[in-house]
Amino acid sequence: MDQLSKEQIKKLIRSHKLKDNIFEILGLILLLCSLLVLLALIIDLSTDGAARISKSFLTNFPSRFPDKAGILSAWVGSTLVMFVTAASAIPIGIAAGVYLEEYAKKNLFTAIIEINITNLAGVPSIIFGLMALGIFVYKFNFGPSILTAGLTLGLLILPIIITATREAIRTIPSAIREAAMAVGATKWQTVKHHVLPYSTGGILTGIVISLSRAIGETAPVITIGALTFIAFLPNAPISTEAPFIHFDWIFSPFTVMPIQMFNWVSRPQQEFHVNAAAAGMILLLMTLSMNAIAIYLRIYFRKKIKW
Amino acid sequence: MVIQNGKTDIKIKAESKNLNFYYGTHHALKDINLKIIDKSVTALIGPSGCGKTTFLRCFNRMHDLYVGNKYDGSLLLYPENINIISSSIDPIEVRMRIGMVFQKPNPFPKSIFENVAYGLRVRGVNRRSQLEDKVEESLRKAALWDEVKDRLHGLAFNLSGGQLQRLCIARALANDPEILLFDEPTSALDPIATAKVEELVTELKNTVTIIIVTHNMQQAGRVSDHTAFMYMGELIEFDRTEKIFTTPGKKLTEEYITGRFG
Repeated sequence: MDQLSKEQIKKLIRSHKLKDNIFEILGLILLLCSLLVLLALIIDLSTDGAARISKSFLTNFPSRFPDKAGILSAWVGSTLVMFVTAASAIPIGIAAGVYLEEYAKKNLFTAIIEINITNLAGVPSIIFGLMALGIFVYKFNFGPSILTAGLTLGLLILPIIITATREAIRTIPSAIREAAMAVGATKWQTVKHHVLPYSTGGILTGIVISLSRAIGETAPVITIGALTFIAFLPNAPISTEAPFIHFDWIFSPFTVMPIQMFNWVSRPQQEFHVNAAAAGMILLLMTLSMNAIAIYLRIYFRKKIKW
Repeated sequence: MVIQNGKTDIKIKAESKNLNFYYGTHHALKDINLKIIDKSVTALIGPSGCGKTTFLRCFNRMHDLYVGNKYDGSLLLYPENINIISSSIDPIEVRMRIGMVFQKPNPFPKSIFENVAYGLRVRGVNRRSQLEDKVEESLRKAALWDEVKDRLHGLAFNLSGGQLQRLCIARALANDPEILLFDEPTSALDPIATAKVEELVTELKNTVTIIIVTHNMQQAGRVSDHTAFMYMGELIEFDRTEKIFTTPGKKLTEEYITGRFG
């Protein structure tokens, strides 16, 4: 091939740069479109619901009268359910992720487990609800309780936590494992001293994101029979008298934020729709602040580690 | 083990007998027979892919970390005469006694102190004073103490490449290894840092047996007492370093030494 002349080279660069610019602008437009939709949703929700948000909205039980109705039982319910979800899914999820990544031999058995975890992540959440209704509610007799809801949502987010754990562990270079093993560390020492500490950021991010998904789930919680109207709180988990920590709250009936919203939206009165928007704002705030925590954790742990 | 060599006795620290190694079906080491002499530096040289690093990593059973690898034959460690690669020997026991310094410095993302102390922590030592003494001693041996003594609790990553490699040497030394394996320890370092590491290797051989893999023949000439030349998974020639570099016994060795291939 003949050498290109200077003009030809310039022409070539111009055409390449043009394509570069077109893609950049196109990407920016698409990004702004999706952001604008989200922004519009938030603004719409806020203009509808902002007026209703007050201290009493957070401290009142639901009521027949829209202006007296509040979300106390809903946010307390959501918080307690999230607690059970986290307590059940986090240890199992991390342990499973570490096992699959560090210990499991690559064979047919682990391949089947891996495929199933991936499939599980794609199962519609209502299916989890139906399964929980059969197993937790009737078979184990947990009833439509906080425990049942927590375990159901825990199962729902388990594959996400396992996958996040594995992804985080995979970013650790094998040179670090070799370094630890070369001074005589066992596999467990390597995991405990290096693999887990260095992947904490990624794992925590995955956990928080999965919890913020669980907090918005409605279908499985309705399926297991959560109440839509509830005017009492579960017994407090902590008290000032011995034995200080109580567990009877886990068998208590409950409601959660999205169900409360759903209930209000389905009422004919306009005032309840305003309540739903206000509850939506609180739920959104909960989710966004969880995501903010995830971002903070990721940055905080990344800063300390450099390969 | 002691063998007679003319007038002087030579102490042998390790010996491979018909050592074979396979990566899956790939036959990477073929009947290696080699004696590693106690308290001396043995260099392994040869072109890329000749099996020198594979051979080195047999000594601390690093191959056990990955699936599909298979050893055959024996790699004896004296004076106990145990077969390092035998499946009845726990690789952790071997690694407790044989340290390794890798090609690329691989410090932990922890403080300088914790990097050096890690081997001791693994061995269950947690007494502060004991850790401090050993960390200082190891850093001094690795000629790094003066450069880091004021920032022992700072992150290791803030050190330069050459300092990091000496930190990794200190980490290995803290465990009082009987043999120290070096896998091309200076290939990622500049000439000044390289000179420091080489100087260190020469000093360390008074207390520990050293095996060093190197691509750099001048380096092998400078630091080693004995040199093994490997080619295509086989040990071609093993002799005193001066002999290998001045009057090699095999044509292949001479061609490699003089840069006709490799």
